[in-house]
Amino acid sequence: MVKALIPIMKEQELIPHLFRTEYRKIVSVLCYLFGIEHIETAEDIVSDTFLSATELWSQKGVPDNPTGWLYTVAKNKTKNHLKHNSIFTEKLAVELKYGTSEVEEINIDLSTKHINDSQLAMIFTVCNPSISTESQIALALNLLCGFGIQEIADAFLTNKEVIYKRLNRAKEKLKAEKIKIEQPTPAEIDARLDTVLTTLYLLFSEGYYSTSQNTVLRKDLCAEAMRLAYFLVENASTNKADVNALLSLMCFHASRFEARMNEKGEIILYEDQDTNLWNQELIGKGEYFLEQASRSRYLSKYHLEAGIAYWHTQKEDTNQKWESILQLYNKLLQLEYSPIAALNRTYALAKANGKEEAIVEAEKLALTDNHFYYSLLGNLYTDIDNTKAIQHLQTALKLALSEADKAIIKRTLDKIMA
Amino acid sequence: MEEFLLIFRRESETKENQPSPADMQASIKPWQDWLGGIAAQNKLVSSGNRLHPEGKVVKPNNVVINGPYAEIKETIGGFIIVRAADFDEAVAIAKGCPALVAPWNANVEVRRIMSNS
Repeated sequence: MVKALIPIMKEQELIPHLFRTEYRKIVSVLCYLFGIEHIETAEDIVSDTFLSATELWSQKGVPDNPTGWLYTVAKNKTKNHLKHNSIFTEKLAVELKYGTSEVEEINIDLSTKHINDSQLAMIFTVCNPSISTESQIALALNLLCGFGIQEIADAFLTNKEVIYKRLNRAKEKLKAEKIKIEQPTPAEIDARLDTVLTTLYLLFSEGYYSTSQNTVLRKDLCAEAMRLAYFLVENASTNKADVNALLSLMCFHASRFEARMNEKGEIILYEDQDTNLWNQELIGKGEYFLEQASRSRYLSKYHLEAGIAYWHTQKEDTNQKWESILQLYNKLLQLEYSPIAALNRTYALAKANGKEEAIVEAEKLALTDNHFYYSLLGNLYTDIDNTKAIQHLQTALKLALSEADKAIIKRTLDKIMA
Repeated sequence: MEEFLLIFRRESETKENQPSPADMQASIKPWQDWLGGIAAQNKLVSSGNRLHPEGKVVKPNNVVINGPYAEIKETIGGFIIVRAADFDEAVAIAKGCPALVAPWNANVEVRRIMSNS
């Protein structure tokens, strides 16, 4: 598919495209070869390769096989680097799996299989609990997704300087901890897959719930999280029930991407969405991966969340839908508490058991510093006691921080007052 | 906040007072809604376990007897652990137990758990 795209792609689009797809692969292979100590060397060689491509291709035209060209040049640059940096080579020779100091004998393997092995190793290196989840996400975007520092800064709504420091600190920490870049054993996969999935889930959420107005970037973050989850599903050793459940959850959420925001970038609430904009293909994929996830008896929080997301793709507001969502939230909360799950559960309770019961339960939650809590109470009191509904919504408005949240609350207030 | 053990007891099952399959089916939603409600307040420490009705009692001098027990008419059906500010709150939570009414007519024993510290 990628190859077919290349001839019709303009030159100025081609290099950014290849950068996004190939940078991470070559970096992974070189990091896998060099070890965590020399992560910057790997990055420098690959950046230098792309710089050569930019210079040469603009003069002499794009080669027939641009990807192959990049791989060959990266290999040569690596060998050159090894030749001219004897200190590096000596240090490396000890660490290299090949146990050779002869540069020519070092095999820089850019076959699909080796690229995949290297990327799997890198995923498990980057998603390491010794660094903060924030750093894991930034590092994942940089090394696993080929995002530039500016793009990462835009995604986190911060500046390049902050991201640059964050990435460096993370890399230093991984080096200090002597984290190995290697194929995870089955036992390591069992022990650490959870951390990897958490990072992918947060990466997805960063795109899905980001307050950034840059829709293209937000979609890219979601797409990258899905690509990495799909990579794990494709790999036999990581094709586990919870990975499929997470991917299913991502597909269901992503299916509403187009429907949940208007042209002005304002959030459209679920019940107000144009269901024709829901992506049926992604819904179908979500169902497929949920089925795969249900083959084992193991039930993770991702299964429950995917189940909830599945029911949200059902357009009809049936009792079965909300009863199922309520029961899934009941189970999810017993597994792991979170304020947002508690609020959503209470919304489902109102839909399944009625607003009166939900109001009693909502008031027990007492999440008095959370604007969503007051928005929920406002919603529940609407048409039951509108004075109370307005009071709660006004409190929500005071507590809300983002303009997007404030806009939603104002719209709801206007509706009740009208 | 302290932790409390909620023990659910009901009269030992006999042929006459056995719940019907329909009763059992109908009990699932109220239980799950109740537990979900406690969990939504972040007050569920452990969803505990349900217990099978049969049991054995080990007594001094190598004496093992089969349940149901001659001495008491009730059996423990299960337990959960909740987090509450005090006994009053724990009791208030226990009052929501859906098994307190017919056909179960259970009772809930509320016990404060000794903390390790």
